[in-house]
Amino acid sequence: MRLPTRHLLGIENLHPRDISALLDLAESYALLNRSGKTRRDVLRGRTLINLFFEDSTRTRTSFELAGKRLGADVINMSVSTSSVSKGETLLDTAATLNAMNCDLLVVRHKASGAPALLAQKVDAAVINAGDGMHEHPTQALLDALTIRRHKGTLEGLTIAICGDIAHSRVARSNILLLIAMGSQVRVVGPPTLIPSGIEQFGVSVFHDMREGLRDADIVMALRLQTERMSGGMIPSAREFFTFYGLDAAKLAVAKPDALVMHPGPMNRGVEIDSQVADDMTRSVIREQVEMGVAVRMAVLDVLARTALRNA
Amino acid sequence: MRDTLITGARIIDPASGHDAIGDCLIRGGMIADFAGALGRPADAMVVDGTECILCPGLVDGRASLGEPGFEYRETIASAALAASAGGITTIAVLPDNAPPTDDPALVRALASAGEASGRITIAPYGAATRGCRGESIAEYGLLRAAGAIAFSDGARAIGPAGLMRRALSYARGFGAMIVQHPEEPSLAAGGAATSGARATLMGLPGIPVCAEAMMVARDITLVELTGGAVHFAHVSTGAALDLIRAAKARGLAVSCDTAPPYFDLNETAIGDFRTYAKLSPPLRSENDRLAVVAALADGTIDAIVSDHQPRDADDKRLPFAEAAPGGAGLATLLAITLAQVQSGTLTLHTALSLLTDRPARRFGLDAGRIVKGGTADLCLFAPERSWRIEAGKLPGKAQNTPFDGRAVEGVVIGTWKAGVRVFG
Repeated sequence: MRLPTRHLLGIENLHPRDISALLDLAESYALLNRSGKTRRDVLRGRTLINLFFEDSTRTRTSFELAGKRLGADVINMSVSTSSVSKGETLLDTAATLNAMNCDLLVVRHKASGAPALLAQKVDAAVINAGDGMHEHPTQALLDALTIRRHKGTLEGLTIAICGDIAHSRVARSNILLLIAMGSQVRVVGPPTLIPSGIEQFGVSVFHDMREGLRDADIVMALRLQTERMSGGMIPSAREFFTFYGLDAAKLAVAKPDALVMHPGPMNRGVEIDSQVADDMTRSVIREQVEMGVAVRMAVLDVLARTALRNA
Repeated sequence: MRDTLITGARIIDPASGHDAIGDCLIRGGMIADFAGALGRPADAMVVDGTECILCPGLVDGRASLGEPGFEYRETIASAALAASAGGITTIAVLPDNAPPTDDPALVRALASAGEASGRITIAPYGAATRGCRGESIAEYGLLRAAGAIAFSDGARAIGPAGLMRRALSYARGFGAMIVQHPEEPSLAAGGAATSGARATLMGLPGIPVCAEAMMVARDITLVELTGGAVHFAHVSTGAALDLIRAAKARGLAVSCDTAPPYFDLNETAIGDFRTYAKLSPPLRSENDRLAVVAALADGTIDAIVSDHQPRDADDKRLPFAEAAPGGAGLATLLAITLAQVQSGTLTLHTALSLLTDRPARRFGLDAGRIVKGGTADLCLFAPERSWRIEAGKLPGKAQNTPFDGRAVEGVVIGTWKAGVRVFG
């Protein structure tokens, strides 16, 4: 397969058939990973740079592992060690990286649209690893893969995404992907954390979590960032947990086999109760991490192939 | 100076309603005569105006020129070039420079810099508050005496109601109006686009559309309280225009302008994180754009201004939320306005009036007319000739046009400032 663009900046421009093909490929990489084998020929001789302007452990590690399992040379650059902290602009950084002839550039940045800006200026294929409140496409793909492995399909499922929708790139990418694949998507949260115009994406909005979770197949809790509290979006963590924290009592109204997901890292006792997070019969949070590596292998593989064919 | 004779042009003076094909004779910097057919004085330079429109030099009611303080973006000299290319001969210049225009000497300095350019008359706004800091009112009396046309804090709203009340009230004593950037600051803080599905999709912090109407409603109330006069700049929403329309109907001293992006573009222009389309106020929905068009046609809006905000590449080549808002507008003011005439939403007379005599009248400027014996500030343009707006190829320094790539009709053939041909 190949993608319509040489970058992966978001789910927005992907066709459902691209999404399905990526998930199929990721599925095969998931099996490969479980078998303990690698395929170092796929990206042999390619350079992957992880350019992280924002802290991240799991996403960066996941991309690093994905790159290495496919044989790429992986270099990690984070803001504290790069010249960005010395006042170099994003585009200066892009020019520098360009001169190094890197093939795949994985970018995380606090500003929405930063990877799109970089993509205009570099020869490498740019992969958005999370930009501001915009998108986090590989997270949405790994969530979809996890769901598909358990439920067989995405179509017709009822999926409740809970918590801070307004500031969540994970929520945006998930909504775009799941709606495209035919799921019924609900967003659940206090009105201050529901972004304006979200209904126009085709989701239903709930402010009462029990109503929002009723008969859901999948419940996704999102990380509540502490700065949202200082910003006055919600009065306190305990109030948030009481009304929007995912605990056993609220989860009880979802389908009996409903799965619990979280993109991590979790704030236990804020958006999710430990009892639910650690319930191995319901929680697929660890599997999400596992699928993350497989999905990123698929994305790197496809973009490298797309680049080859364009060359 | 040799006489100039422009022949065979359609001469339109919106203020008087004059609209006829004829000749115009410029002598000694003045319009000596205009009529059906004038004899050709010996030694006159003749300009063929056939199939062109001759109108008053455009009066731009709102622009930032970058100087003093931001010369890397634009200078008075470079802005004057762009203005001449756009048919503009008079510019009301915003006070939020560095230093801000809060001292009579700075008002005079700006005005004389305009004169020195030989291309434009600069009509400076005075700062509404000292340093445009939004704390205490500036010296309206002294600034007015030095030539300030009105008082404004430029791109910044006069936020606290108590301060606005004092500004309106005190300015009234000098017969001056306050020009407001109508945007409630506490709703606009940190925003990069109009709140709604598009901002949400792009992950951009939104400014609710009501931030404009809310400020307009408040200031209209304060006009009633103080008897002062307010002018709302670059109005962009239907809700605000409804309030202004109603206030005018009640006879209050309320007026407003808008700028081409708000009647020509909507928020879809920011797609793909195009920072050249990041403006303040942000681009709106299609419904709001249509409301602006309707308010131009029905007279609610008193002027079309360029709202020229020069930015350089470093201001714009940033992630969207971090990029500086503002668009270059001098060279494209006429052509984008004429697009409304071509689409049939505005008559040619209304469009030209909004660019000439109406802003002049509103800001108390002796400009924007074609009168015998008056200063020969003139614009000659070919309404049916087309060109393409391209960032990087615009006259002047600022290239940050939100209309990049747009094909338009209406080419300026010549601009005259006090009888001197400064363009074409």
